[in-house]
Amino acid sequence: MDKKPMPAKTMTKFFALVVLSAVCAFSHAAVQIQSWTLSNGARVLFVENHSLPILDVSVDFDAGSRRDPAGKSGTAAMTNAMLARGIRQIDTPAGREPAMSEAQISDAFADIAAQRGARVDNDRSGVTLRTLVSHRDVAMALLARILAQPAFPQEVLERDKARAISDLKESLTMPAPIAERAFEHLLYPNHPYGVEPTEASLQAITRDDVMAFHGAYYVANRAVIAMIGDVTREQADRIAQQLTNRLPQGAPLPALPSVAIVAGSEERIPHPASQAHIVIGMPGSTYHDPDHYALTVGNYILGGGGFASRLTQEVREKRGLTYGVYSYFNPMAQQGPFQIGLQTQKEQAVRALQVVRSTLADFLRDGPTDAEVQAAKDNLIGGFALRLDSNRKILGSVAAIGFYGLPLDYLDRWPERINSVTAADVRAAFNRKLQMDKLSTVVVGGSR
Amino acid sequence: MKSRARAVLTAFTLMLSPGFAPAQPMQPATTAQVTEFRLDNGMRVIVNEDHRAPTVAHMIWYRVGSIDETNGTTGVAHALEHMMFKGTRDLKPGEFSKRVAELGGRENAFTSKDYTAYFEQIEKSQLEKVMALEADRMRNLQFDENEFAKEIRVVMEERRLRTEDQPIALLHEALNATAFAVHPYRNPVIGWPTDLEHMTLADVRNWYRMWYAPNNAVMVVSGDVGPEQVHVLAQKYFGKYQGQPIPRGKPQEEPPQRGIKRVTIKAPAENSYVALAFKVPALHDVEKDDDALALDVLAAVLDGYDNARLSAKLVRTDRVAYDVDASYSGIARGPVLFILDGTPAAGVTTEQLEKLLRGEVERVAREGVSEAELNRVKNQLIADEIYKRDSVFGQAMEIGSMEMTGLPYRQIDRLIERLRTVSSAQVQAVASRYFGDDALTVGTLVPLPLSGKKPAPATVPNEPLR
Repeated sequence: MDKKPMPAKTMTKFFALVVLSAVCAFSHAAVQIQSWTLSNGARVLFVENHSLPILDVSVDFDAGSRRDPAGKSGTAAMTNAMLARGIRQIDTPAGREPAMSEAQISDAFADIAAQRGARVDNDRSGVTLRTLVSHRDVAMALLARILAQPAFPQEVLERDKARAISDLKESLTMPAPIAERAFEHLLYPNHPYGVEPTEASLQAITRDDVMAFHGAYYVANRAVIAMIGDVTREQADRIAQQLTNRLPQGAPLPALPSVAIVAGSEERIPHPASQAHIVIGMPGSTYHDPDHYALTVGNYILGGGGFASRLTQEVREKRGLTYGVYSYFNPMAQQGPFQIGLQTQKEQAVRALQVVRSTLADFLRDGPTDAEVQAAKDNLIGGFALRLDSNRKILGSVAAIGFYGLPLDYLDRWPERINSVTAADVRAAFNRKLQMDKLSTVVVGGSR
Repeated sequence: MKSRARAVLTAFTLMLSPGFAPAQPMQPATTAQVTEFRLDNGMRVIVNEDHRAPTVAHMIWYRVGSIDETNGTTGVAHALEHMMFKGTRDLKPGEFSKRVAELGGRENAFTSKDYTAYFEQIEKSQLEKVMALEADRMRNLQFDENEFAKEIRVVMEERRLRTEDQPIALLHEALNATAFAVHPYRNPVIGWPTDLEHMTLADVRNWYRMWYAPNNAVMVVSGDVGPEQVHVLAQKYFGKYQGQPIPRGKPQEEPPQRGIKRVTIKAPAENSYVALAFKVPALHDVEKDDDALALDVLAAVLDGYDNARLSAKLVRTDRVAYDVDASYSGIARGPVLFILDGTPAAGVTTEQLEKLLRGEVERVAREGVSEAELNRVKNQLIADEIYKRDSVFGQAMEIGSMEMTGLPYRQIDRLIERLRTVSSAQVQAVASRYFGDDALTVGTLVPLPLSGKKPAPATVPNEPLR
C-alpha cells in the first residue's frame, strides 16, 4: 500500500510520462546510442550492453489510435492485439514456413521464456520482446513472422471484439475512465486524440479493416527498432533486417488535422461513487516544443514533484483533501494534454477544485520562486542516473527518441538544458501554454 | 486490452510474493553477491552488490504489518507509515521528502499484512544522507495532533479510492474477512472504516514505540555499493540505538474450516465476477514443505504464461470467460490462500464459471500435467533469475519481503532449485488434496446498474486481492 498514489486510471499516461522523462534523462557516456537506417528505410537505435546475457527489442510504427479509420475507433489497438493470434503459412526460398495458431505462438515464446509485450497509444503502436541472448534466433524469427504474416483469424477477431466490448462497458461504470474520456472529448473535439472507442465502433471493425490497417501502417520504411543488450552491432544489424525485411514499403501517410485550442468548458457527470474524480487541463505540448525544458522544470514544481509540489502541498498536506493530486504535460506527436487530476470525497469536490484553480492561477501569475527552480533542478539533474539504471528503462527512452525523431545528443544535453532554465522562463512558458479561460474541467460524481 | 483483474493481481504478486522470481542454479549469482551482517543492537543489514549503474536502492523493512493489529485499531500500521513523513525532532513535517527530492532521490513506503517498508532510490554518492534520514525517523518521530488530523483524512481518501469505489477490491476484502474468521488476515491492511474514524494520535504513537526499533528492522541496500561502506554507515547511524523487547501477540490461529463459505457483494459494475479462495499450506521450510512448492508450480501451469491452462481453455478455446486467473504465494507470516478467479463471458453465470475453474484443477488432479508444461514453467524460473537482475530495486524487494516472512534470502537459490525438481505426480497430488469444498470460500460480485434502475444480468469485472 504505497503512501503515494498512482491514480488507477491514469496509470498508462503516467507510464508514458515516465518514458518521456526518461528520455529527458540520461546524458553522459554511460549510454552510447548507435543509430543507422536500413536499406528498406527502417531506423535502428542500438545500445550495446554486455552486462547481462539478455536482449530487449522494440519495434514501433506510426500506427497509434490517431490513425483509426473514421467510425472504427479501436482498430489500431485491435490490430496490435491480433498480431499474435495466428500466423499465415508462406513459402520462402529457404523452404515452407507453416501456419501457427495463437496457442502455438504463445507456447513457442514460453518454451524459451521470452517475454512478448505490446505498446499502443495515440501515436505509436508496436511490439516489445525480452529474451535470453542464447535464444535470440528463435525469438526474433518468430517476432518477424508476427509482424509480417499475421493471419487475423475471423473467429478470434470476434472473440476479442466481445472481450474488448466487455472491458469497455466495465470501464464506463468506473469514475476515472469516465472522467478521462469526457476530458479528451472536451480538449480535442475535432481531432483523433479526442476520439475513443465505443461499443458501436468496436462492433464495426471487420477483418478487412484490420488487414488494411496492418498493410498500410506496419511498413518497413516507417519502422523504428530500438535494441539494447548482449549482442554486437553486426548482430544487431542482422536482427533489425530480419525483423523488417518481410514488411512492405508504405505509401506516405494521410495528413492529420492540427490540434485547435478551443474555449474551456466544464462537464459534470453524475456517479454514485463516494469520491468525485476531477480532471482539469487543455492541449499542451509536443516533444519538439522549444518550451519543453521550462515546462519540465515548471511542472515538477506545480504538480510533478511528489510531496514537494505546490498542488500536493495545498490540496493534500495542508488540507487533507486527497490521497493523490498530480499534474503533467504529456508531450505527443501533436500537442498532448496538460492535465491536473485528483479524487476527493464528493462533498468536498467544490472546495478541492477551488484550491486547485487558485494554485494554478497563482503559479501562472507569479511563476515559481528561484528556490523552487533550484530544488527542481537538484532533483531532475541529481536523479538523472536513476532514469537509465536498467536495460528496460534505457530501451523505453531510446525507442521514444527514435519514434519522435529527437536528436541523438538529446540525452547528452538534457541536464545542461534543464540547468539553464530560469524562473522567468518557467513563468513565460507556462503562460504561453496555459490560460485559465481555456482550461476544461470534468467532475465525475460529486455534489452540485 | 488486458482486463483490470490481471493487471492488479500481477502488481500485487510482484510486490508481495517474491516466491516465484528467485535465483538461478546454473549460476547462483544472487547470493554470491549478497553480504549480510548484524549490528550489536540486533539490526540486520543485507547488501546486494550490483555495479551496472551508479545508483542505489536503500530500504528499511520493519517486521510489523496488519497481521500484528487488533480489532478496534485496524489500519494503524499503515496510518503510522503515513505519519513517518510528518517530521522528527530535527525535521519539519514534509521535510523528509523535500530533502530526498533535493538529493535527486525518489522515496516512498508501503504496508502489507506482514511488514512495513520505507525506501529511497538515489545516485550512489547520496547513500549516507538518506541513511541518516531513515535512522532519524526510526527513533525521533514527532506526533502532532494537527498533522495527524489531516493525515488520517488522507488515509480515508485512500480507502475510498482503493476500496470503497472499487467493486473487485470490495469483493476481495469481503472474501478475506469471510475465509478467515479469527486470524488477523481477515482485516484489510488499510483498516476498517470505523477504525480509521476513531483512530487517535495515541494509537499510532504507541504503535511506533512498540515496533520501531533496530532489532525489529532489516536494512536492504542494493546497487553500486560495497558491504564495508554500508557496514560503516549503518554502524554510524543505526548502531547508536538500543534494541528493545519486541512484543509478539498471541497466535490467533484460524480454526479448521468445516464447510464451504460464500459471500456476495453488490456494487455498481458492468460484469459479474467470482473468486474462489482455498486454504492451502504456506512455505515455511524450503527443504520440507514440498506441497507448497508443488502448489507454486500448479499456479504457474494454470496461469503462468499466455497460453497456460486456464486462459487457453476457458478464455481462448471455450470462450466462457473474458478473463481468468490463478494465484498463489506460499511466502507469508500467516495462513495462505490459493485463488482462482474470473469474469464470465456473456451468457455464462458465476456459478457456471465457478464449476469450470474448479474443473481445470480437477483435470490436473485426474491427469497430471505434461512434461512440456513443466519444462515451460521451469525454463521461466531460470530465465526470471537472469531477467530480475536488470532491476536493482526489484532485487531489494525480493530480499526484503522474503526476510520479513522468516525465510532467509539465502534460500532463494535453493528454493528455485527445489521448484525445478517438482514432478507431475506432485502437482497432481496437491491438485487432488487441497481443492475440495471444506476449505473453500467463494466470493461473488453482483453488478448493480449505475443509475439504480434495473438490475443487470450477471456478467463481470475484475481485480485485486485487497
